[in-house]
Amino acid sequence: MIRSWPVFLAAGLVLLCLIGPLIAVFHRAGEAGLTSLTFSAADGAALRFSLLQSVLSASLSVLLAIPVSRALARRRFRGRAALITLLGAPFILPVIVAVMGLLAVFGRNGLMSDLLGLFGLPPVQIYGLHGVVLAHVFFNLPLATRILLQAWQDIPAERFRLAATLRLHGWQSFRVLEAPMLMRALPGAWLVIFALCLSSFAVVLVLGGGPKATTLELAIYQAFRFDFDLARAAMLALVQTVLVGIVAIVALGQDSGQALGAGLDRVVQRWDASGVMARVLDALALVLATLFLVLPIAMLVWDGLWGIAQLPPQVWRALWVSLIVALSSTALCMALALPIALAAIRHPRIEGIGLIGIVSSPLVLGTGLFLIIHPFANPLKLAFVVTALVNALMALPFALRVLVPALREAEAGYGRLADALGLTGYARLRLLLLPRARRPLGFAAGLTAALSMGDLGVIALFADPNRATLPLQMYRLMSAYRVEAAAGAGLLLLASSLALFWIFDRGGRGHVEA
Amino acid sequence: MLRLENLSLTQGVFTMTADMALPAGARLALIGPSGAGKSTLLNLIAGFTPPDQGRITWQGDDLTDAAPGARPVSILFQDNNHFPHLTVAQNVGLGLRPALKLTAAEAAEVDRALDQVGLAGMGTRKPGTLSGGQQSRAALARVLVQKKPIVLLDEPFAALGPALKGEMLDLVAEVLDQTGATLIMVSHQPEDARAIASHVSVVADRTITPPQETEALFTNPPQALRDYLGG
Repeated sequence: MIRSWPVFLAAGLVLLCLIGPLIAVFHRAGEAGLTSLTFSAADGAALRFSLLQSVLSASLSVLLAIPVSRALARRRFRGRAALITLLGAPFILPVIVAVMGLLAVFGRNGLMSDLLGLFGLPPVQIYGLHGVVLAHVFFNLPLATRILLQAWQDIPAERFRLAATLRLHGWQSFRVLEAPMLMRALPGAWLVIFALCLSSFAVVLVLGGGPKATTLELAIYQAFRFDFDLARAAMLALVQTVLVGIVAIVALGQDSGQALGAGLDRVVQRWDASGVMARVLDALALVLATLFLVLPIAMLVWDGLWGIAQLPPQVWRALWVSLIVALSSTALCMALALPIALAAIRHPRIEGIGLIGIVSSPLVLGTGLFLIIHPFANPLKLAFVVTALVNALMALPFALRVLVPALREAEAGYGRLADALGLTGYARLRLLLLPRARRPLGFAAGLTAALSMGDLGVIALFADPNRATLPLQMYRLMSAYRVEAAAGAGLLLLASSLALFWIFDRGGRGHVEA
Repeated sequence: MLRLENLSLTQGVFTMTADMALPAGARLALIGPSGAGKSTLLNLIAGFTPPDQGRITWQGDDLTDAAPGARPVSILFQDNNHFPHLTVAQNVGLGLRPALKLTAAEAAEVDRALDQVGLAGMGTRKPGTLSGGQQSRAALARVLVQKKPIVLLDEPFAALGPALKGEMLDLVAEVLDQTGATLIMVSHQPEDARAIASHVSVVADRTITPPQETEALFTNPPQALRDYLGG
């Protein structure tokens, strides 16, 4: 019923764009002779730091998420729904914006340092391991909280009723009901976050660096930009791919209960958490988590308002570039996602194609694409095209995650009716599948646009001094210590990312329908 | 004549068999306990499930391998008989053209059908804004414009109250009188069968008895029917 050539075209293109660069990297690393390329002490340090910061970031995120998700699961309060929405926000928040916000709170001249100064204490040291872990916890504490909240709500309400009739209290009910759930949910959440931190780039670019705080991902960038040592970049990319690949395979084996969707608005009534101590601890967890998430962004917005008047013209040019890149990326991602998702209704394995995007890190892809383009053209001239392409591939797995269940549901509910009426091919797409998948389509397009708008990854590899996307332009202003202008650019970037997401998501909702 | 020739279908541990003939224009009620295979039988005739063995023919044409939309069959399900995102008129219009590009004459035909089932002027509304009875009427309007020679009803009125259900069965009879179509309907209630069906088949233990005339069957019920009706 669905023609197969668009599926083959889309799937083939995705495979080509994901596997092609990997082959180029392998080839280049092999050409240089893996044996002649020694894994230097610096490379070893990069590998160790990659692992160390990922272990710390994942462990802290997951540990801190336990009290926060527990409080959310068992308390009913004003603003609870807003807080849960807020927990989804870091996903579409440009990394560089959040990092600048964190600097405004935890940096040398930030809020915390001022506060410590009042007591005669030295300012906080944010650059290096501390800062990298802090920023990763900022991004992943909300993710961990959502995953655990889902797991908490998967405990049937009847169990809590049973616990109440058995008069289990506090620690007892935790041991009987909640500890087993956590034992199941924690490893999956930890692995997902570990993998994300392993291939994180922008955070380490700003807050890391130097011999003590360089990850593999950053080392690829440095080999590329500073030394233009393509063979070494390829070798590092190889190590990074193998490492992330292993973690991703292990993580996929775990059921992490992805908390992308809805259904987190239920509060199970409980009888074991009415003590004063429990209330105080829950309130504390929620207030601290909210402050930790909101304060950096509020600071950035405040600083940005002052900086927006003194934005250099390059920032406005970069804004237009970024908008065009983001929209092209969104169009490409949707054009790839739709045929693959349609085919995945009947053949679930096809969705796996998109997952390859999770395994390949942007900088590895970028390195590979550079190696492919290099013999034929100046890769720097294609910087924006490559950025749009890589962003689309990176967003593809998320788009598929959202689209496939919606299409499958449409077929399950109305497929027989459509069959009976002879709705096939394009008519079925136009009259059944697209209208039923309109909301998730809008949501997926919004995610893609916002992710692409805020991305600071492969563009850092390809850009020459005369061209930049908005995140890169903002990074350049930060590097030049033009803090106010950088904050202004950050506010502009934040506003445009959120606006893109909102417009697409809103468009998907349309007017109210049955 | 609709013929089911030595049909068999295995699902899990059960094997459904059917071998029967129904004259064109007949109105057949399938009666029997839940899980006996009534809906499976409709799915076989509508083409949603292919049989493992046997043939289905209508007026001598073999339908066994035809796609559901290509069969001379219209079907109403228990629910989801409308696409909720399309208007009532569009839902009815789908019965004429799957691509929904209707000519003026076809659009007028849709209006006439809506008028006939008592939904005049409601064509622009979404199905979700109609009552249960009105949704059933809209579905019957589509059957009307489809003009297919076989109509299958898989308990589409099960959620309606007795009075409303009676009204719907009257409307079905009216539609059938007009189109001359053959009816096969699933039913749990003997009174439904009496109200509309010329023939009844009992479906029990994954097989189906040959159609018998309704009154004859109820005056002298076979064992399977006595078991089902009780008493």
